[in-house]
Amino acid sequence: MNILAYIIQKEFIQIIRNKAILPMMTVLPIVQLIVLSNAASNEVKNVNVVVVDMDQSESSRTLNHKIIANDRITLVATSFNTNEAHFYLQENTSDIVIEIPPDFENDYINGKQPKIQLLVNATNGQQAIVGSGYLKAIVASFNAKLIQKVIPDISISKQSNTTISSRYWYNPELKYTHFMAPGILAQLTALLTIILSAMNVVREREVGTIEQINVTPLKKWQFILGKLIPFLCIGLVLFTVGIIASKLIFSIPILGNLPLLFGYTTLNIIAVLGLGLLISNFADTQQQAIFVAFFFIIIFVLMSGLFTPIDSMPKWAQQLTVGNPLAHFISVSRKVLMKGSGFWNIRFEFLYTFILAFIFNGLAVWSYKKQV
Amino acid sequence: MNTPIAIELDKLTKRFGDFIAVDAITFKVKKGEIFGFLGANGAGKTTAIKMLIGLSKPTEGMGKVAGFNVDTEPEKIKKNIGYMSQKFSLYDDLTVVENIQFYGGIYGLSREKIKEKTTEILEELELTEVSKSLVISLPLGWKQRLAFAISMVHDPEIVFLDEPTGGVDPRVRRQFWETIYQVAEKGRTVFVTTHYMDEAEYCDRVSIMVAGKIEALDTPHNLKQQFEATSMDEVFLKLAR
Repeated sequence: MNILAYIIQKEFIQIIRNKAILPMMTVLPIVQLIVLSNAASNEVKNVNVVVVDMDQSESSRTLNHKIIANDRITLVATSFNTNEAHFYLQENTSDIVIEIPPDFENDYINGKQPKIQLLVNATNGQQAIVGSGYLKAIVASFNAKLIQKVIPDISISKQSNTTISSRYWYNPELKYTHFMAPGILAQLTALLTIILSAMNVVREREVGTIEQINVTPLKKWQFILGKLIPFLCIGLVLFTVGIIASKLIFSIPILGNLPLLFGYTTLNIIAVLGLGLLISNFADTQQQAIFVAFFFIIIFVLMSGLFTPIDSMPKWAQQLTVGNPLAHFISVSRKVLMKGSGFWNIRFEFLYTFILAFIFNGLAVWSYKKQV
Repeated sequence: MNTPIAIELDKLTKRFGDFIAVDAITFKVKKGEIFGFLGANGAGKTTAIKMLIGLSKPTEGMGKVAGFNVDTEPEKIKKNIGYMSQKFSLYDDLTVVENIQFYGGIYGLSREKIKEKTTEILEELELTEVSKSLVISLPLGWKQRLAFAISMVHDPEIVFLDEPTGGVDPRVRRQFWETIYQVAEKGRTVFVTTHYMDEAEYCDRVSIMVAGKIEALDTPHNLKQQFEATSMDEVFLKLAR
């Protein structure tokens, strides 16, 4: 036990003397939080539209005005030429082209069901679906009004209408930053600790100090634990800085139990540190370690549910995320912070992360060879 | 043979695939002896040393260091030996005192013992003034002597020195060898590799390794007679050709 204290003491001295680590622990998380939480948004806030109104009737103009009045839609151009409208799509200046056919109003009055065409630039699927959704909603409400106007005595009473009233739980204002910040916080903590730990042991190998340590009677677990504990502390500091920053900047909700969240965070950091140390055991140079660490990091981030929901991944991919510590971390931090979930709601995350921590650290101790 | 034996090797061999790095070396080193382990670059010296200090597993043969088997009891050997490599692995970003404390700590010395050792090393090497300076700021010669002292912080029976004096001037090398003599006088065995043939003259006995085999082993005096040479330099050139 005493021996361990000496290793930890030495690591802390080195960490404090390292001029890069302190800013990494404070500035980096805050910058990433601010930039990513705001910028990495899936929300569709602006849809560029080109209207081709061939009818030029009162009805078509009313529809036109309704569309322009929406603050999420920007009218890029109006045109009478379909080909010209297509050009806007091709040029990427427009997301959607709306074509109102000639005789739109006439057909309506004659009960012929005129057809409006939407040409959607679906390069970005999200933008396409949400954007055309906005327009469909506008046309639907236009429809309803028009029906009443054209056929005022139609026997649709208001009582017989089914209305939907939604209430958004857990994030009532639908603030994207409330959703993103806890996830980014988790991602930052996990990734920085992976990289720091992977680099650290390899650096000792490069400098040659590891050989000196290997000729001492130091036990393998003492070495691994001596590396793990200091980096765990760094990870926890980073996470704390991140939470405080998110609270101050985005006033994210903290509904759940913070000790529970920190308890889980500790477990998760231990798991990813185990992976970092495992990587470092197989790398001879810091470059190698970074490359391998990035391989995992990219997979972890893209399959973590940070940007794209895990539920919409194919089944096999969903099953793979069980082995992704970051996915559990993001899920827990969102659940605990936004929903106020208790231990019972995150028991599976705890279980999986515990298993991962056990596997990664077990492999790290096992693959650390004092002898070749 | 009444003198106790520190190192005893019997046909110790290390193979990497088809390549035989160390080919059945056999010799004994007496306690308190300064044993020079010479050889050209790539002759297998470092591989041999790594087997002796428990960093590398032998492929065949038997080796005993400080009474423990190199194949089966490497961790026991590590308690009883000190090792200083070409890289003299001190932590550059720690101070002199912190380095002593760290290595003392991982050898499991008590807090009092570490304190005692720290003062002893600082005084002996006249490093008290720079005790709080980072190791990176020390001149090479000082680093080497500090690394040597630290490799013996746990009072080992045997010290292995792998080219300890690379890259320093003759005066510093001279100083270093004086320290080696002092260590040997205290009854410690010194196992040293070097490229400098004048240093070979300082050893009690010298072995010369060529292509994985020990080609000669005797006192410098006898070796010179045997090879009809005036200096160890000549002996080495005749063998390593």
